[in-house]
Amino acid sequence: MAKLHISTKINGEPTEFLCDPNDSMLDVLRGPLALTGSKEGCGSGDCGACSVMLDGRLVCSCLMLAAEAEGHEIETIEGMAEGEKLHPLQQKFLEMAALQCGICTPGVLVASKALLEKNQNPTETEVRYWLAGNLCRCTGYDKIVRAVLDTAAEMREATR
Amino acid sequence: MNEISNKWIGTNTIRPDGADKVTGRAAYAADTSMPGMIWGRVLRSPHPHARIKSIDTSKAEALQGVKAVVTSKDIVEFPVDKPVALGIQDMRWMSRNVMAREKALFHGHPVAAVAAMSEAIAAEACKLIEVDYEVLPWAIEIEDALKPDAPILHDFVQFEGKPSNIAGTLEHKLGDIEAGFAKADVVIERSFTTRPVHQGYIETHACLVSVLSDGKTTIWSSSQGQFMVRAMTSLLTGIPQSSIRAIPAEIGGGFGGKTIVYLEPLATMLSKKSGRPVKMVMSREEVMRATGPTSGSTSTVKIGATKDGTIVAAQGVFYLQAGCFPGSPIRGAAGCAFAPYNIANVVSRGFDVVSNRSKVAAYRAPGAPIGAYAVECVLDEVAEALKIDPLDLRIKNAAREGTKAAHGPVYPRIGLLETMESARKHPHYKAPLGKFQGRGVASGYWFNAGGESSAQVNITEDGNVVVTTGHPDIGGSRAAIANIAAELLGIDYRRVSVLIGDTATVGYSNLTGGSRVLFASAIVVTDSAEQVIGQLKARAAKIWGISADAVVWENGEARPSGDHTGNFPTMTLAEIAAKATETGGPIGAGVQLNTTGAEGGFSTHICDVEVDVDLGIVRVLRYTSFQDVGRAIHPAYVEGQIQGGAVQGIGWALNEEYIYNKKGHVDNPGFLDYRMPVCSDMPMLDAVMIEIPNPKHPQGVRGVGEVPLVPVMAAVANAVHSALGKRYYSLPMSPPKVLEGLDEGTLQAAE
Ligand code: FES
Ligand code: FES
Repeated sequence: MAKLHISTKINGEPTEFLCDPNDSMLDVLRGPLALTGSKEGCGSGDCGACSVMLDGRLVCSCLMLAAEAEGHEIETIEGMAEGEKLHPLQQKFLEMAALQCGICTPGVLVASKALLEKNQNPTETEVRYWLAGNLCRCTGYDKIVRAVLDTAAEMREATR
Repeated sequence: MNEISNKWIGTNTIRPDGADKVTGRAAYAADTSMPGMIWGRVLRSPHPHARIKSIDTSKAEALQGVKAVVTSKDIVEFPVDKPVALGIQDMRWMSRNVMAREKALFHGHPVAAVAAMSEAIAAEACKLIEVDYEVLPWAIEIEDALKPDAPILHDFVQFEGKPSNIAGTLEHKLGDIEAGFAKADVVIERSFTTRPVHQGYIETHACLVSVLSDGKTTIWSSSQGQFMVRAMTSLLTGIPQSSIRAIPAEIGGGFGGKTIVYLEPLATMLSKKSGRPVKMVMSREEVMRATGPTSGSTSTVKIGATKDGTIVAAQGVFYLQAGCFPGSPIRGAAGCAFAPYNIANVVSRGFDVVSNRSKVAAYRAPGAPIGAYAVECVLDEVAEALKIDPLDLRIKNAAREGTKAAHGPVYPRIGLLETMESARKHPHYKAPLGKFQGRGVASGYWFNAGGESSAQVNITEDGNVVVTTGHPDIGGSRAAIANIAAELLGIDYRRVSVLIGDTATVGYSNLTGGSRVLFASAIVVTDSAEQVIGQLKARAAKIWGISADAVVWENGEARPSGDHTGNFPTMTLAEIAAKATETGGPIGAGVQLNTTGAEGGFSTHICDVEVDVDLGIVRVLRYTSFQDVGRAIHPAYVEGQIQGGAVQGIGWALNEEYIYNKKGHVDNPGFLDYRMPVCSDMPMLDAVMIEIPNPKHPQGVRGVGEVPLVPVMAAVANAVHSALGKRYYSLPMSPPKVLEGLDEGTLQAAE
């Protein structure tokens, strides 16, 4: 099977890779691109551990063909902090113990950031439904939801 | 007890591994690779029960890109008549579980494994392996496995002198059960069933193994015990433990399900045969078909009480599915079921039943939630019959200091009563309820464990601290250990880094399981830190030319005391560390111990639900757990354990179950159809931590990780009963089942 040559932008950097036509974006991120922050919990779109942004839209990278990245921009968990400075969500998750084992955390953070980009003032219910595609087996979600709500409040405060 | 300032113990510090985990840099098992690495895959049985007559791997071996094939011939055989115990496991079954030997015993049972240049080639090669099966009749459910004409899984398993699928029994007895029931004014007896549920960790099993030509073996894998991985892999491959270095990757959830090996011995043999590092990663479907879950069960519980609410007799019979090899957690079910109560006459029996399902693995307080579900539901009915408030009934009969439990111990100071009393006083218990809403309560117990633990505390040349321990950190234990070390040494917690050592760099440490980790590591870390403080004082004394007895350690500094008070300026950790070479060399201490004194854990839960009577959906509206946590070293992570356990129990109570089709295959092997709770299913979860310090622990720690799951299913079931006036005697109370049970009469009565 001939490999496809794909040109894309990942976390702001122009990136090229070769892939098989049936490789998922997650396969390529975790394999040749060595961006193992995105996790595979199911490979079927049911757990959200592989969440990434595609042109500003939240997607499961396990459901996206790598070849579909051609000409598009992808953001992963590895691009969330700015250098040494953690994103406010990352910082808040640490302060509020919103992770236990941490395997769901990259996906939950990417999804939460996507929410706050759309909605600076989400209700608890909006957070819960937005994150309904991100399974976490450890935390019971309580601290995750609180951390997202608190971050949203702080970010609103900061931009006032 | 800890006498010093308690600046860090009890505070929510940032975990040492936190930044790694929020940036995606933490390396879990599937995140590691090696030069020259190839990929392994498992060929699994398509039948739930079949004799393996022959396996021909020649076509697979001939495929371009295939580097090695292994079958049961490559795994050390343990004869069925000679038990070889390793912890709670028996290597006879482990050996046959990682690779089917005489028979394939469940759909998905490994029969061969291949390593190849890519996963795709390995998968292709699996299809070329020819296995000649003689398909046998099978039994999946307990009742089918216990029928007189049931297919027998193991000829050598005998019960009452005959081949049977009952592989083991256990009985706890106290007092005189007949006499007890004779005194009762009310006797209630009910039967219950629960379905097998999976631990549901989001990280699938994975490992990377490199075996060199000299036999030196390195294993990176996600497990609840690198020493367990080393021991089991050694026993199953014949490679001595000294040649195996098992490195614990970050673990993406386990809940008991990663206390055994599946892939590591196979990858080791594939690597040995191919001469290449081999990586294996299970798919979610493989996890669901061939790992875990915990047992399904059928139980019958009978409780007798006098009019004043005194429980005078209790009897329980618990049948638990073991999966295809002996070893269901009957000890947890029969042992914990009545443990929260002071009952004079008890008989509690467990039966271990094998059938053609994947071998069960531990799941958070294994067996105990099953026992508690039946007992706490019957208690609710007893309270109703006696017209006593269900919490008052529990308070009246609560075990306390000096109570002799049916499973053996006489309790020391425990906090069960406090959990019940604070539930009774909590605003949640009095909050109003609406139509089709109900409230349930339940209590629970878990043994907790101590066991082997090792730690090393080293002072760096610049006067900071590195602590190495040996239990994989599954939910924040490193953060709690940092708090303890910082507290004892009197320094900022950020100056302490806590690492989990591999099998070559830290002493033997038992599994992360039994809620032992912080209990046991705190003991060895405390002992090590105290030795380090002794050394620091001695070094300061040497510099000052006084006796070490005349030096005290306070706020991270050595200070001369007694006659010498004020004679010398205090010396900080950094100042002493800078002079370490001249004063006697490196500063550090390690302790290895078999820790004891892990007293049991108790908790009481209140659950409010609302039933959507049109759709059959039960929604949890409010949930509060009250738990005796001993001492909350890092309160946020203790709360996290309590909250996470509650949600797992809610899933078990309301939705999760293995569904088998007519062919004996799991029909819902993925997260779409195996429905675990999602964020929008849940309310916020209150955790009330009651701190009755464990008198046998330097910081008062009790295990906190498992008891949070024990009362949940009963609390939910009692709440559903309170909402509808109708009781469901089987789990899960999923929408179809709830709807089926709702008739006009029930609905009218509930309105
Ligand atoms: S791995 Fe993509 S949703 Fe689970
Ligand atoms: S923290 Fe473990 S799955 Fe979310």
